[in-house]
Amino acid sequence: MTSIEVTRLVAAKDLRIELRSRILINQVLPFAAIVMVLFAFALDKDDLLARVAPGLIWLATLFSMLFVVQRSFAVEAADGALDALRTAGVPARGIYFGKAIALGLQLLVLEVLLFLAAFVLYNSRVGADGVVLLITSALAASCGLGLVGTLYGGLTTGTKGRESLLPLLLLPVVAPVLIGVTRATEAALGVGGISMHEGWAWVSLLVTYALLFGIGGSIAFGPLVDDSV
Amino acid sequence: MSATHTDTAAAVVRRPTGTRVTRALGIATLIGLGWFVTFGLFLSPDDAVQLAGVRILYLHVPSAWLAYLAFIVTAISSAAYLSKRTRSLTWDRLAGASAEVGVLFMGITLLTGSLWGRMSWGVYWVWDSRVTTTAFLFVTYLGYLAVRGLGGSHHQRARRSAVVALLSVLEIPLVHFSVEWWRPLHQQESIAKGKLEGLMLFSLFIGVVVFTLLYVWLVMHRQRVLAMEDALDDHGLEFAIAERREEALF
Repeated sequence: MTSIEVTRLVAAKDLRIELRSRILINQVLPFAAIVMVLFAFALDKDDLLARVAPGLIWLATLFSMLFVVQRSFAVEAADGALDALRTAGVPARGIYFGKAIALGLQLLVLEVLLFLAAFVLYNSRVGADGVVLLITSALAASCGLGLVGTLYGGLTTGTKGRESLLPLLLLPVVAPVLIGVTRATEAALGVGGISMHEGWAWVSLLVTYALLFGIGGSIAFGPLVDDSV
Repeated sequence: MSATHTDTAAAVVRRPTGTRVTRALGIATLIGLGWFVTFGLFLSPDDAVQLAGVRILYLHVPSAWLAYLAFIVTAISSAAYLSKRTRSLTWDRLAGASAEVGVLFMGITLLTGSLWGRMSWGVYWVWDSRVTTTAFLFVTYLGYLAVRGLGGSHHQRARRSAVVALLSVLEIPLVHFSVEWWRPLHQQESIAKGKLEGLMLFSLFIGVVVFTLLYVWLVMHRQRVLAMEDALDDHGLEFAIAERREEALF
């Protein structure tokens, strides 16, 4: 079986598990929504909320992502599924990209909800020219987050204290994504005084990030998840 | 296990971490530190603007240098471990020892830096790319040390932590670059602008040399302690059993 085929199968498997268990829809999305409401309670002022909405959307994405990543690897750690896949000779690269794609797609669903929440709760508005930038930057960020999340999720699979170790390892690494995608979103929503031109420059940072970690991850994932010496 | 194997384990576990080399190095470091304190606190003059506050730099700059040196050593040792040709747990332990010392000195760097910042800029923290990257490096290597403590076999630990160390090498430039782009205004280095001269620069120079010696000294000891911990993990039980058996015999 080629890596590409494995990628497709693993991604389909992860999404199917998600569709049947509905953890994302029943637990993570409500969590993200309540975080958005809590932000509004904490920050109070309407004009302030519209100004900081991009940052809040992406912060909520990062926090919710931690649950999705943990969930994505909890199903692999149970019954030693990941070890079984590796023992059966399934290429690690295929597993890595498959899980990353599934994670990225789930993040996209999450982001759509968060943007809707921001439009309703924070009164954020996006112009016609901002839509393309918004979608492109969200796609690029989801790719980067999916790749990095899968990498560090794989690292912490089956370890003691993984609930707290994953954020400690993952959040510093995704900081560049948070900076980049927040600026791009600010440009798209027309807040924070960032031009569209600058917004697109930040998207190039996001793409570079996704490429670098895609390459790094495809090399590192196998050694990270293999338990044998 | 044979008796000789147990004896070797006993020898490893009971061996002190000091050797003639590290003792000489330690004495040189201590003398150097005394010299450094004399120059830094007493012989070097006050700065025209920062007055005695400039003396923080004598601690800050060498600590920062040492911390970055430590992380470079960690990265190189990790790569050496991952390369099949040079795979050895010694590289892994060197990486771990170096990261531990690095984290300590990065903490000192951040602390002294924010104190100096409060005096010179009026704030403890600025969102400058160098400062932020340093803080990220600190957190990243705390994570690295946590990964080292995850357990599993020695080689498992070594491979996992080596990969994490190399991923940090990928992460840090990205953080640096993105923060720099986010906040383009940043403070220039004081030495580059030539504010420090003569005796002040010399005090700083002594600091860098002495701290480098201190680093080598600490890492050598720490590396040996880590080797002993590994040996204890491997042979501790049989060693203890052999000891109890001896007790029973006499």
